Amino acid sequence: MSSIIKGKAFVLGDDIDTDQIIPAEYLVYRPDDAEESKNYGRYALSGVPSAKSGLPAGNIPFVAEDGCESDYRIIVAGKNFGCGSSREHAPFALQKAGVQAVVATSYARIFYRNVIDGGFLTPFESKMDISIRIKTGDVVEIDFNQFKLFNRTTQEEYSLIPLGEVAAIVQAGGLFEYARINKMV
Amino acid sequence: MTITEKILAKHAGKIKVEPGENIWVDVDILLTHDVCGPPTFAIFKQQFGIDAKVWDPEKVVIIPDHYIFTSDPCAKRNVEILRDFVSEQNLPHFYDVGAEMYKGVCHVALPEEGFALPGQVLFGTDSHTSTAGAFGEFATGIGNTDAAFILGTGKLWVKVPETMKFIIDGEIPSYVMAKDIILKIIGDIGVDGAAYRTMEFAGSGVEAMDMESRMTLTNMVIEAGGKNGIIEPDETTFAYLTKRTQRSYEPVTEDKNARFHSVTRYTSEQLLPMVAKPHSPGNTAPARELRKTKLNRAYIGSCTGGKLSDFYAAARILKGREVTIATYTVPATTEVSAGLKSTRIDEQSLWEIFENTGCKIGPPSCAACLGGPADTFGRLNQAEVCISTTNRNFPGRMGSKQSQVYLASPYTVAASALTGQITDPEDYL
Repeated sequence: MSSIIKGKAFVLGDDIDTDQIIPAEYLVYRPDDAEESKNYGRYALSGVPSAKSGLPAGNIPFVAEDGCESDYRIIVAGKNFGCGSSREHAPFALQKAGVQAVVATSYARIFYRNVIDGGFLTPFESKMDISIRIKTGDVVEIDFNQFKLFNRTTQEEYSLIPLGEVAAIVQAGGLFEYARINKMV
Repeated sequence: MTITEKILAKHAGKIKVEPGENIWVDVDILLTHDVCGPPTFAIFKQQFGIDAKVWDPEKVVIIPDHYIFTSDPCAKRNVEILRDFVSEQNLPHFYDVGAEMYKGVCHVALPEEGFALPGQVLFGTDSHTSTAGAFGEFATGIGNTDAAFILGTGKLWVKVPETMKFIIDGEIPSYVMAKDIILKIIGDIGVDGAAYRTMEFAGSGVEAMDMESRMTLTNMVIEAGGKNGIIEPDETTFAYLTKRTQRSYEPVTEDKNARFHSVTRYTSEQLLPMVAKPHSPGNTAPARELRKTKLNRAYIGSCTGGKLSDFYAAARILKGREVTIATYTVPATTEVSAGLKSTRIDEQSLWEIFENTGCKIGPPSCAACLGGPADTFGRLNQAEVCISTTNRNFPGRMGSKQSQVYLASPYTVAASALTGQITDPEDYL
């Protein structure tokens, strides 16, 4: 795993639920079919109300019309990210859209588990709510070793919370990889 | 230890566990449905091999319920994937669409079929798997990767949660339902107020509840971020199970010296009909403060508010009157649907009451609770304003992003369907 993730940030507010991340009507597509699964990227974050999509300005589509991938690599959000349904299609949709990391103040627990056990992307927790300090489109860089987020657009830096006990699963790349390393499967 | 800690310790082969500890537990039942079953099976085969067999066919329960009565080809294909896997793995507990044993909403079907058992560990690929905690078991929702891991190994890691205890003291007012109580609690603690924790319900108010009301409490713990909801099993639990199943189980009770994250007490005077306003289950207010809020849709159904007792409650209010807004009713399961025909209030069956008052009755499934494909029964396809017995009112949850959903009890939804505005049911009982 590279120790640096760099890209444009897409900023969201508090309590982003999994219906907003991937609306239920799209859950019919097969994640294991290469063509069909592109729809998860296409509709990622399509349930977010327009005014709250891409803060602070809002009305910014996460994925361009007719596209299946987003220009934004890093999601920055407030508290309780991923609340609601247990659909693993939610972190999968973000991954398919090209997201490599989410930085939120806190996560809903099933989403957090799914992100880590499925190895879709890396979920970081920020020490303070940085969703009110970063603007959609700012270029940010996450350093895994230092647990820092640098805003290259404004030259500000913020501390992230170390992954703690789940770090071993994240580093392995997911639950199955972790279990194999530890000779559990 | 608390009930949850004791169940988890036992399933981890430990004498004692502490909150915060990560442990591996043996799984008693894995539940899945048509939305998350197919991707779970794909991961299972990818990880364990194309010829891999599930760890124990007796412990896998597959209840298709989400996208059933739709012409969506992908949704139909997903049910086919379930069928193929069931037949290949020779799984005995499959409630197939179109078959005599078709059930409907998995969280209501699971106890009806005797799979919700005290002292056990249940994982399901659906966040409302917490419902079965009403039977005194550890029950929680997981994703497809975790479910695939269980299918192959029968085990999963869990972090032992702290327990928040909620005591409902005294007699619950006649116009207040379990739904009002859980909405009140979610409003008080917030939508992440129980994050990573157990919500345990106790007290004389809970002891007086039937199983279906208890299920409404544990069903919605996820709306406060809870990991699981749990209620100590008692004579009411055992009486329900005796009628339903021959399967054996070992009930677990709480230790006297159990330690809690917090203990919160509610008394009957704090309880009144509650409504969660758009777009959050935590955005609550008493129904009477929202009078004059105009509605054009009412919906009764789902794992939260589509059980027989929910319909009985709604019918008590509707009987002899007429709804003034489009009112969709969806019994959770085929058993609930049959119950609408066999259960009477005075001379009329519940089914007749719903028909005579102008409600539309749909076939058992999750239906419009989570929107679903465009042709889903009761789906909010435009800027409707709906009052619903379901569990979530996130933006676009029941269909269109332009729609608005108010969550309430079956009493409040029925009373509001009569007037076309949010109505406190106390006036109708």
